[in-house]
Amino acid sequence: MNGWDWIHWLIFVVVILGFALSMIIVFIWTERKVIGRFQLRRGPNRVGPMGVLQAFADFIKVLTKEDIVPAKADRWVHLLAPIVAFVPALLVLAVVPFRDGSILADLNIGILYVVAIGALGVVGIFMAGWGSNNKYSLISAMRTAAQVVSYEVPVVLSIVGVILITGSLSMVTIVHEQQVPFILLQPLGFLIFFLGTTAEINRSPFDLLEAESEIVAGFHIEYSGMKFALFYLGEYAHAVAASAVITTLFLSGWKGPVLPPVLWFLIKVGFVFWLFLWMRSTLPRLRVDQLMGFAWKFLLPLALFNVFLTGAEVLLWEEKMASWGNFPWPFLFLNLALAGGLIVLWSKFFRLGGGRVEV
Amino acid sequence: MMELKTEPVVINMGPQHPSTHGVFRMRVTFDGEVIVDMEPVFGYLHRGIEKLAEERTYTQVIPLTDRLDYVASMTNNHAYVLAVERLAGITVPERAEYLRVIMDEMMRISSHLLAVGFLLNDMGAFFTPLMYMFREREKLLDLFEMVCGQRLTYNYMRIGGLSHDIPPEFLPALNRFVQEMPHFIDEYDQLLAENEILLARTKGVGVLSRELAINASASGPVLRASGVSWDIRKADPYSVYDRFKFQVPIGTAGDIYDRYWVRIQEMRHSVRILEQAIKGLPSGEVMAKVPPLLRPPQGEAYAHIESPRGELGFYVVSDNSIAPYRLHIRAPTFINLTTLRDLVIGWKLADAVAVFGSIDIVLGEVDR
Repeated sequence: MNGWDWIHWLIFVVVILGFALSMIIVFIWTERKVIGRFQLRRGPNRVGPMGVLQAFADFIKVLTKEDIVPAKADRWVHLLAPIVAFVPALLVLAVVPFRDGSILADLNIGILYVVAIGALGVVGIFMAGWGSNNKYSLISAMRTAAQVVSYEVPVVLSIVGVILITGSLSMVTIVHEQQVPFILLQPLGFLIFFLGTTAEINRSPFDLLEAESEIVAGFHIEYSGMKFALFYLGEYAHAVAASAVITTLFLSGWKGPVLPPVLWFLIKVGFVFWLFLWMRSTLPRLRVDQLMGFAWKFLLPLALFNVFLTGAEVLLWEEKMASWGNFPWPFLFLNLALAGGLIVLWSKFFRLGGGRVEV
Repeated sequence: MMELKTEPVVINMGPQHPSTHGVFRMRVTFDGEVIVDMEPVFGYLHRGIEKLAEERTYTQVIPLTDRLDYVASMTNNHAYVLAVERLAGITVPERAEYLRVIMDEMMRISSHLLAVGFLLNDMGAFFTPLMYMFREREKLLDLFEMVCGQRLTYNYMRIGGLSHDIPPEFLPALNRFVQEMPHFIDEYDQLLAENEILLARTKGVGVLSRELAINASASGPVLRASGVSWDIRKADPYSVYDRFKFQVPIGTAGDIYDRYWVRIQEMRHSVRILEQAIKGLPSGEVMAKVPPLLRPPQGEAYAHIESPRGELGFYVVSDNSIAPYRLHIRAPTFINLTTLRDLVIGWKLADAVAVFGSIDIVLGEVDR
C-alpha cells in the first residue's frame, strides 16, 4: 500500500464502467440481431450500418418519454428501485479479472462477494413491484423473490465444487488453477450454475417476472422514461455480469492460446451470452410451480451430489497426485460420464409436474 | 404465532392485455397464483353485424362476413353463401365447388398455423415458433392475394359461385406449396412435440371432458381433442367434401396438448384434401346464373360448415325482399369459449393464458 493506490482505483472504476456500458450496448444489439436471425428475420437494420446504432436510438427515444409516477405509488420506493436494481450488476464486475492482474479488487472472498451482491438486484425488483401499486407488478415481485431464494441454493452449492478444487475463493486464483476449463472437470457444476444463473438474471425460460403473455411487463409495468431505461440497462448489466462470472469460474477466464487474454475473455463472455440468447429464443416459459420444482427437486439433489463427488475426488487426488502427474485426467472423464448419466437418469424420473389445485 | 391475513385479489386481464387475442376480458380472482374464479366478459368488439346485414342486399352481406373470423374469412364467405344458396335453391358449378374446397382447406392450414404459433407465444416462447408459422402462412396469403387481390378480407365467394376464376399462375404455385408443406409440418413436430417444457405446460392441463364438451356444444378442434368424432365435413358433407379421402384426427385427453396435436394433424389432412382437389379440379364456369338482385322465396335456411374453429352456421330468413329478414350466426369460438371457466379454475395464472390460447378464439367472431 502506498500513496498512489487511488490511481489504480480510479482507472479501474472508469474502465469497468466503460466496459460495462459498452458491453451492454453491444449485448443489446447482439441480442436483437441474433434473435432476429433465430426468428427468420433480419433484426434492426435501419439505424447505422447493420443497425448498430439501434440501442442509441432506443435510448434517446426512452429519454424523451414522460416520467410517470402512478398516483398511489410509493414515490420514494418507486424512484429508488431502478437504481437498486442496476447498481449490483456493476458491483459484481469489480472482482472479475479481465486478464492476469487486471482487476479492480482481488478480494480473497471474491466468489462470496459475487453471490452476495448478485442477489441484491432482486431487492430493487421487489421494490419496483411493491412501489408501483399495480397488481401485475405485485405478482411479479412475489415471483422474483421466491425464484431468487430458490435458485440461490443450487447456485451456491455448484460453486462449492469449484472452491473445493481450487482451495480458494479469490477469482484470480480460480482462473490460475484452471489447467483445463472447469466446465470439463465440473460439467454438472457448470450446468447447475448456468441454469441457476439464468433463473437469477430472469432470462427465458425462467423469465417469470416479466412474462409478457401473463403479467404484461411485470415489475416495470408502471415505469417509463429514464427509470425504465435503467431497468432495461440493468437487465443487460446482470447478463454481462453473469456471463463474466461464468467465464471466470468455468471457462478459465482470460486463458487461451494465440489471441491476447482480454480478447479471449470477451469471446468467452460473448459465447455464454449467446447461450442465454439461444435458450431465450427457443424455449417456452416454465410455470411458477414448475420453476420451483425444478430448483428444489432437480437442481438441488444434483448440486449436493456434485459437492460430495468433488470432495471425494479431491481427497483421492491428494493421495494419488504423485503417480498421476499434475492433472487428474481420470476424474475429468469420470465426471463427464457421471454428469451425462445422472442427467439422463434424473430426466427419466423427474417430471416437471405440478397440477390442478382444488379450490 | 401471528396468523397472516390473506385475501383473494381480483385482476382484470384485458381488454388490453397481450394475450387476450383482441379485446376479450377475463375478470379473474386469484388466491396467490391460483385461479379461484373467472368470469369472461364479452362484447368489446360488438359491431352489430347481424343487424347490419338486414339493411343490405344478399350480395352486400358477403364483405360483412369477412369481418367475423378475420383469420379465416374464406370459410365465413362459404358458410354464408351456402345458406343463401340453400334458401334460393341455386346449384353451384362444379369447378366453383372444387375451388371453394381448395380455399377452405388453405384457410384451415393458415388459421391453424396462426393458432399453434400464438399458443406457443402465450406459453412464453418468445415469438420464434410464431415466426416459423408465419413463414408458411405468408405463402398462403400470397396465394390468396393472387386469387382475389386481398390478404385478409377476401370477399371472394359469391352466391352461386365465385367472383372470378383463378389466375393461371395460381395452380402451379399451390402445387409447390402442397409439396413443401408436409415437410414443414414435420419440422414443426420435431421442434415442438418432444419439448419437455411444452409437454409439462400442456399435458393434462385444462382438460375439457368429453361430457362437458358435448354439453357445451363445443365444436371443431376443441371438441375433437376431447375424443368426439364430429366433423361437419364427414357428418353432414357440404360442397364436394364427400368425394375426398381424408381422416379426422381425434384426441383422447382433451388437454391443451391434444388441442395442439389435433390442429397439427388436421393440417396434414388438409394438405391431402388439397392434393386431391387440385387433381380433380374440373374446367368450366365458376358462376351459376343468378339474378343480380336476388330475391329468395319466403322461408328460412341453415347451413353449417367446418370452419377452422368449429361448426360455423348461418341461419338466414327471407321475406322475399332483396335483404335478409334476419341473419343469425352460430359462431364456433363464442360457444367454445363458454367452457373457459371450467377449464381454468384451480390452475395457475400462466395456465389460464395457455388454455385461452388453445381454444383459439377470434374476437371478431365472438362479439360479431
